[in-house]
Amino acid sequence: MNDSTHISTDEPVLRSRHPFVETAEMFFRNHSAVVALVVLVTIVIAAIVGPFFYPTDPFEMVWAPFSPPGAEGFLLGTDYLGRDMLSGLLHGGRVSIAIGLAAALMSVFIGITVGALAGFYRGWIEEVLMRITEFFQVLPTLLFSMVLVALFGASLPMITFAIGIVSWTAVARITRAEFLRIRELEYVTASRSSGATNAKLIFSVILPNALPPIIVQAALMVGSAILFEAGLSFLGLSDPNVASWGQIIGSNRPYILDASYTVTIPGVAIFVTVLAISLVGDGLNDALNPKLRQR
Amino acid sequence: MQDTIHHIAPDNSADAILLSVRNLTVELTTRDGVVPVIDNMSFDLKTGGNISFVGESGCGKSMTALALMGLLPQPAGRIASGQILFNNEDLAQASDARLREIRGNDISMIFQEPMTSLNPVYTIGEQIAEVLRRHRNLDRAEATAKAIELLDAVHIPSPASRINDYPHQLSGGQRQRVMIAIALACEPKILIADEPTTALDVTVQAQIFDLLTELQEKTGTAIVLITHDMGAVARMSQDIIVMYAGRKAEQGTVAQVIRQPAHPYTHGLIAAVPHLLPTITEERPELLEIPGIVPPLSQFGQNRCLFASRCNYATEQCRQQRPEEISRENQHITACWHTDSLS
Amino acid sequence: MSEVILSVKDLQVRFPLTRSMFTKRKYLYAVDGVSFELNRGETLAIVGESGSGKTTTALAIARLIKAYAGQVQLGDIDLLSLHGSELRDVRNRMQFIFQDPYSSLNPRLRAEHIVREPLDSQGRLSAQDKEQRVDELFKAVGLRPEQKRLFPHQFSGGQRQRIGIARALATQPDLIICDEPVSALDVAVQAQILNLLRKLQSEFSLTYLFISHDLGVVQHMCDYVAVMYKGKIVEYADRLSLFNNPQHSYTKELLAAVPTITL
Repeated sequence: MNDSTHISTDEPVLRSRHPFVETAEMFFRNHSAVVALVVLVTIVIAAIVGPFFYPTDPFEMVWAPFSPPGAEGFLLGTDYLGRDMLSGLLHGGRVSIAIGLAAALMSVFIGITVGALAGFYRGWIEEVLMRITEFFQVLPTLLFSMVLVALFGASLPMITFAIGIVSWTAVARITRAEFLRIRELEYVTASRSSGATNAKLIFSVILPNALPPIIVQAALMVGSAILFEAGLSFLGLSDPNVASWGQIIGSNRPYILDASYTVTIPGVAIFVTVLAISLVGDGLNDALNPKLRQR
Repeated sequence: MQDTIHHIAPDNSADAILLSVRNLTVELTTRDGVVPVIDNMSFDLKTGGNISFVGESGCGKSMTALALMGLLPQPAGRIASGQILFNNEDLAQASDARLREIRGNDISMIFQEPMTSLNPVYTIGEQIAEVLRRHRNLDRAEATAKAIELLDAVHIPSPASRINDYPHQLSGGQRQRVMIAIALACEPKILIADEPTTALDVTVQAQIFDLLTELQEKTGTAIVLITHDMGAVARMSQDIIVMYAGRKAEQGTVAQVIRQPAHPYTHGLIAAVPHLLPTITEERPELLEIPGIVPPLSQFGQNRCLFASRCNYATEQCRQQRPEEISRENQHITACWHTDSLS
Repeated sequence: MSEVILSVKDLQVRFPLTRSMFTKRKYLYAVDGVSFELNRGETLAIVGESGSGKTTTALAIARLIKAYAGQVQLGDIDLLSLHGSELRDVRNRMQFIFQDPYSSLNPRLRAEHIVREPLDSQGRLSAQDKEQRVDELFKAVGLRPEQKRLFPHQFSGGQRQRIGIARALATQPDLIICDEPVSALDVAVQAQILNLLRKLQSEFSLTYLFISHDLGVVQHMCDYVAVMYKGKIVEYADRLSLFNNPQHSYTKELLAAVPTITL
C-alpha cells in the first residue's frame, strides 16, 4: 500500500481516444446538426457533380421565357430570358459555395494571423493590430465591398476578396481572446520553461487549443459569405459572366411579382444552405465546447 | 500514542432535534443511467449543534447540502426516497414555493468561492438588504440599518460606509464575511458551510472560523460544515460523518472518530495528511497512501463495499455485499465488515 | 561540502501599477530584496499567503517574468544576464511542477508526447533514446507503459500530476520548482504525490524549490523554510528551528492559525 508505484488495479485499461474522436461522437449525438450535415453534403455534392450530369449552359436561352416549373420538361421552369432555372441553380450553387468557402478561408487566415500575433506578443503589437481590427470593424461593410467591386471590377476573385477583407475581424478577436487565455495556462509555461521557441509556442502549442471556437466561427462565416455575395449580386455587383444564386435573384428581380418562382427558387437554395451551415456550426460548437463534455 | 482533541465540544445532548434526515436517497440521471449519489443517508442535527461532512470530492458531501436546501441540479437530480424532517416538516415533499420560503430564511448556505458567490453589479449593502426585504418585509431604510448591523456583527470595519462598496473592492476574507452576513441576515436555524475557507489564506481561515463560532454562540444557529480538512472539523464540530461514494462510511463524535477511526477510509484520510504537530521531530515517516481514486458515479449503488478496491483489509465479503451500518459504543457508527480488525 | 545549486541575491520584481503618461510611474514591489541559497539534494520551501510574492519569486528565478534587479545563479551560470538561444538552452536545467493538473498538460498531446517535449526542445537524444527515457520516467512516477498513448483527459488528477512530474524530470534538471504541487488534489492523492516526490528526491538526489501555503505539507517536505510576507523573506531557518522555535511574529501567527488535530 505504501508502494507509490502501485496504481489501483480496478481501473479499466483505457483505449487511447483522440480528442477528435470524442468531438465527433458528441457531434453525431446532436440530431439536428446531423440532419443539417446530411442536407449540406447533399447540396455540396449536387453543386459539384450536378453540372456534369446536367450540362445545360445556365446562360443559354433554351425555351420560352417564364415557363413555370414542371412545364415542358423543365423541372424548375425558365426565367425571363428563357434560361433553364435548374441549370442555373446547379451551376450557381457551385459558384456561391466556392465564393463562400474562399472568402471564409481568407478571413480565417487574416483573422488568425492578426489575432495570434496580438494575443501572443501583447504590448504595442497588440495595440496596433487591434486598432487596425477596430478600423475594419467600424467600416460599413456592404458599402466598403461595393466600393471595392465598383472600383476594381466585378470579377470572382475581386468579389471574394471584397467579402473576405471585411469579415475577418470576428476571427481576429476570437483568436486573440483565446490566445490571451491559453498563453497563461501552465502547459504553455511548461513548454516555455523547457526551451520552446515562440514559433513553436504559437503554432504547435497554443493554436491547436485555440482552434475550436475559430472552427465554429469559420463554419458560420461560410454561410454569411454566401449571403453577402447574394446581397452584392442583388445590387447588381456580380460577375456578369458567371451564374451564382445571388446573381440569378438579382437579374430576375424586376419580375418578382409576375414570376415569383424565378426569385424564390434560388432564394430557398440560399436559405436552406445557410441554415444548414448554421446548424452544423451550432452542432460543432456544442461538440467542441468542453463544458458540455464530461471530464 | 496519546490522542487529544484541541477543541472541547460543549454538551448539547439535552437539546431538541432540529433536523432529522431519514434514509435519504438522492438519484442523479447521468449518461450511464440513474445512480444514487446519496445512498440511504440518515443523521440528526440538534438545535444549535455542529456536524461536519468529510470525504474526498465526488463522495456526495456537497450533494447532501444541496438536497437539504432543495437545490438539487435540475432536471438530473431528485430525491428518490427518504425524509428530511425539519421541525417535523418533510422538506423532501415540500413544494418549490415552500422551499423558497425556507431557503435563506430558515436554512442558508455559504460557499467555497467568495469571489464568485457575490453579484458584482450590486453593492454589498444592497445584497444584504435584498434578503431582508424578501424574507422579512422590511422597508428600504430598515433593511439598510439592519445591513449595517450585520456587517458590524461580522467585523467589517466602519460598516456604515462599507455598505456602498462593490464586491471587487473587498478582499477574499471580507467577501466571505459578507457572505456570512447575508446567510445569517434572517437568523436561520441552520447554516450550511460548503468548504467556506478552502479558498482563503490560513490566517484569514482562522478568523472566519472564529467568527462562525462567535456568531453561533450569539444566535444559536446550527452549523453543517462540509470540508476535506480534518483540522477544520476538529476546530468547528462535535459530530462528524465521513462519506464515501454517496454512503456513510463512519459517524460519531469528532473525538471518537479521530482518536479511534472505525473505518479504514477514515483512518486513511487522517494518516494521509502531513499534520502540523506541536513539536516537529527529525523523523518523517512516509505518508499513508489510499491508492486509486473515488469510483466513478456509474459504480455508485452497487451491492458491495465501494471502498474495497482501495482498502488493505478487503476480503471477498467486501466485494460481494454492501456492509451494514454497525453501531459501536456511544453511537459510533461504521459501515465496514472488518471494523474489528482495525485496532 | 554540499554544492550550491541555486543562489539568489537581492532579487527584486516590480509591476507597474499606473499606465498614465503624465504621472510618475508607481510600482508594486512584488518581490523586494529576496536572497537565499539552495544546495543539491535539498528542499527549500517558500511559504506565505496569497500576494506574499512566493510564486512571483519562483517565476522570476525561472526567467518566466522579468526581474527588476538582483542576481540569480544556477550552478555557475548567471541566469538574469542570458538572452535568446542561450536562455533557451539553460531552461531545461530548471523545470516546473505546477499546481493545477488540469491546465498544466496540453490537452491535444498524448502523455508520452508531453513527457518527451522537454527532450525534443533539448534536441540531444536520438528518437530511440528519447523513447527509452520516456519509458523510464513513466516507470519512475508509477504510470503503466500502456498509459503512454492516452490523452490527459483520460487520467485522474493524481495521475496527471504524475505526468507533470515525469515531464519535469525528463531533462534531469538541476532544480525543480514545485509550485503548490498538491494543493489542487484530494487528500488521499496528495499523499501519493508527496511520497513520490520524496522517493524521487532520494533516488535521483533532486533539488526542490517548494512553493506552498500549506504548512503541514511544507513541514513534511522541506529541509529549509523561507517565510515570505509582502515581498520580503521575514524568516529563514532550517525545518526544526522554524517549526519548533519560530522567531518572527508573522511566522508565529501563521503557525497558530493552522487548525490541527493532535495524534
